[in-house]
Amino acid sequence: MGIFDYFKSKNEPSSASVAKERLQIIVAHERGKRQQPDYLPQMQKEIIEVIRKYVNIGSDDVQIQLENIEDCSVLELNVTLPD
Amino acid sequence: MAKIIVVTSGKGGVGKTTSSAAIGTGLALNGHKTVIIDFDVGLRNLDLIMGCERRVVYDFVNVINGEASLSQALIKDKRTKNLSILPASQTRDKDALSQEGVQKVLNDLSKTHDYIVCDSPAGIERGAQMALYFADVAIVVTNPEVSSVRDSDRILGILQSKSRRAEQGMEPIEEHLLLTRYHPGRVEQGEMLGVADVEDILAIPLLGVIPESEAVLKASNQGTPVILDTESEAGLAYDDAVHRLLGEERPLRFLEVPKKGFFKRLLGG
Repeated sequence: MGIFDYFKSKNEPSSASVAKERLQIIVAHERGKRQQPDYLPQMQKEIIEVIRKYVNIGSDDVQIQLENIEDCSVLELNVTLPD
Repeated sequence: MAKIIVVTSGKGGVGKTTSSAAIGTGLALNGHKTVIIDFDVGLRNLDLIMGCERRVVYDFVNVINGEASLSQALIKDKRTKNLSILPASQTRDKDALSQEGVQKVLNDLSKTHDYIVCDSPAGIERGAQMALYFADVAIVVTNPEVSSVRDSDRILGILQSKSRRAEQGMEPIEEHLLLTRYHPGRVEQGEMLGVADVEDILAIPLLGVIPESEAVLKASNQGTPVILDTESEAGLAYDDAVHRLLGEERPLRFLEVPKKGFFKRLLGG
């Protein structure tokens, strides 16, 4: 770093720290997906079909997630019903 | 019984073959009978990096298909004792590597060698899966760059779920991070992910850091594994990594920017 560099603005975060932050988010997301059991996508499909018998929803309106907290597995089902 | 080491990364062009050649040579230099296998069917290149491209007669697939014996296909390295190379086939048949075939070759090599280094192709297709399937140890080659780090994490997931050790509920594969093409100056400027950043994200033990070095291209031009260039930082860093792999403790080197003189600092650059 020479004296000329001191005149440049220094407020933005370094590109390396941006890279690290983006990586941490995407890697955590992808790891979460990897740990899901194989039956989850099929189960999600079937749940959507059951709900569709009663309410008209799109395939993106049901979010399903399995979380492991210590010895306990929590299956979280999030359904967005149309207005 | 030989130890089977896979050199893998997911992403291409990060230095798998360079690292396989260097680490295989390093193990042999330390007195361990070593064979390096090129798993990149259709895109053979380990032979060029090792400088034995004109001595290839039979290849890995010939051995699997029973068209040649192992001793006919193995190329003994001319510079380094205890070292041989099993070249990949140039066939375009993607399914040429059967799991049973690979297992049989590895079993046979295992009787006569201490280390089998499997140079994986890029990607997560069959060739890459075969290269890692039987591994005891994985060296995950990563560049301090977003796509490489993400692909490395993906490969770690495959090592932990689709390898023989994972499928058979054995002790998991021993994972090591090898950070290559590292540029201390750019790290210091905040332009490149540092060692600690990549360690943080991938959360596996660090085997070594290989600095970006002109010696790597020079070595590949000449068909000599870079570890034999004991004048170069990259060669010395690979030597350190091999000793760590063998259980020795070695401090990290070449992570600092060389100190500049007063005038150079004042004027920048």
